[in-house]
Amino acid sequence: MRFEGKVWKFGSDVDTDAIIPARYLNQSDPKELAKHVMEDERSSFPKEVKKGDILLAGKNFGCGSSREHAPLALKAAGISCVIAKSFARIFFRNAFNIGLPLLESPEASEVIEEGDRVRVDLSTGEIDDLTKKRRFLSKPIPPFIQELLRDGGLIPHLRKKMAKRKKNRIKVS
Amino acid sequence: MTHPMTLTEKLLASHSRRKWVSPGEILKVRLDLVLANDITAPLAIQAFKEIGAKRVFHRDRVVLVPDHFAPAKDIPSAEQCKTMREFAKAQHLTHYYEIGQCGIEHVLLPEKGLVLPGEVVIGADSHTCTYGALGAFSTGVGSTELGAAMATGEIWLRVPETIKFIYHGKLQPWVSGKDLILATIGAIGVDGALYRAMEFSGEAIRQLSMASRFTMTNMVIEAGGKNGVMEPDEVTLQFIKGRAQRSYRLFRSDSNARYEQVLEFDVSKIYPQVALPHLPSNVKDVREVGKVEIDQVVIGSCTNGHLEDLRIAAKILKGKKVASTLRLIIIPATQEIYRQALKEGLIEVFLSSGAVVSPPTCGPCLGGYMGILAARERALATTNRNFRGRMGHPESEIYLSGPAVAAASAVKGRICHPDEVIKRKT
Repeated sequence: MRFEGKVWKFGSDVDTDAIIPARYLNQSDPKELAKHVMEDERSSFPKEVKKGDILLAGKNFGCGSSREHAPLALKAAGISCVIAKSFARIFFRNAFNIGLPLLESPEASEVIEEGDRVRVDLSTGEIDDLTKKRRFLSKPIPPFIQELLRDGGLIPHLRKKMAKRKKNRIKVS
Repeated sequence: MTHPMTLTEKLLASHSRRKWVSPGEILKVRLDLVLANDITAPLAIQAFKEIGAKRVFHRDRVVLVPDHFAPAKDIPSAEQCKTMREFAKAQHLTHYYEIGQCGIEHVLLPEKGLVLPGEVVIGADSHTCTYGALGAFSTGVGSTELGAAMATGEIWLRVPETIKFIYHGKLQPWVSGKDLILATIGAIGVDGALYRAMEFSGEAIRQLSMASRFTMTNMVIEAGGKNGVMEPDEVTLQFIKGRAQRSYRLFRSDSNARYEQVLEFDVSKIYPQVALPHLPSNVKDVREVGKVEIDQVVIGSCTNGHLEDLRIAAKILKGKKVASTLRLIIIPATQEIYRQALKEGLIEVFLSSGAVVSPPTCGPCLGGYMGILAARERALATTNRNFRGRMGHPESEIYLSGPAVAAASAVKGRICHPDEVIKRKT
């Protein structure tokens, strides 16, 4: 899987309250959440973020609350991928489960700047800064996780798998 | 050949039909209990339905607690509570706790004896790590995984490396579990235990009450930890006596267990601590904070809403008045704590001092309701997170402390050591 987009750069220890404040958690519609994503960090972000854009951060991205609304809001806002020095563990699991890819790269997190155009290849872990013409390497995302991402997350992925199994069973009998 | 294991490794091995496990292994783990609240349950219920599940894996082992925005703060919150209530009814859940019998989940579950030593628990709430104080493995997950776990009673988990924290010495006056955990997070940082198990031990831990122990494991997530654990002892057994309704197992770390790191603290050098904005690791000794005037004090939450915390606050507030420049909000964590506080006369002390007493709710801790901050307001709270904007306006500020410093500061109108307000018996 490949993505290309403009980079939005944030600092370290961005918590899930900053990604989506609890004042918006009285509902869980991703489109509604997306209208307020990261607004306390940067008020213009929800309006200006474009589909395919990439979010870059420092260490411990997504720390704090377990709210799945945080990766859901980023994904619904159009963010294609988050690159950071490191991720908080609950956020890490939640992001893949709802279909938002994450890549860890301390070097990319340092060097890439706001506004750079970046291309990411999940199968190779390559992060290309097209503006600076530099390549960074992250760990490749295993094929089964890529399939899960392509299906839109764990739930649609399981549904598809179960439907396939059912179809095969019918064919056999 | 024996294979030494830490407490966390033993807990995970015992729930995955394994004799022994090592850090880094991925296991399919059997769950004793799964938990969700009014914010996370609606998404989990959606996931549960979308995978085609019909029944929860065990009606006694799925717990739903409306505590975050309950009593419902607005129409959407009421809808979320309703979704949860209807699901609990349809699934005939034994442990759905409506307001009036409930309270903040992480104080409520141990109080009701729903989590016991030796168990493995997940919850769609990051502070699910609290139950480790009982000698259990517990950790927070997202709603999707919780939805799947409600159906299967299982989850995959990676065995974490364990960092051992040993606390020696005798506690200073007014120092409680909150001060120890703040000092620890201050020492290692907000990602100092990322993906790791934090094992708390040493004679100072054994001297702590259950309330103080829960406060410490509650904040493991604030250091990035996966879970926090303590070996069960006499204090643990005393606590579960009369509460436990099923058998339980006591595990201890092997003396030759392998730790990724061992950190030691001399608690006699730890004075009441305060975390300054905007991270729980931004910690200072209260005597070094300087003159910080505050607009609001909150005493409560899953971290410090225990009966013991209210007793400490009442001891300081008795016969005193809250500063005229300040608002004091006190939130007993559960209905049972509220009732006991009433019996002991603590509520009377709070009301006489000029505090407002709220029914049990997470409310202000996460900026939900019942004490939201305006721009440039400053709060001191016994809660667990002081992230920018967590309790309200993004330009507000949050300081964190234990109940003693919070109560004393409410009297003074500025952050202070309890000694400034109350004379100690020497």
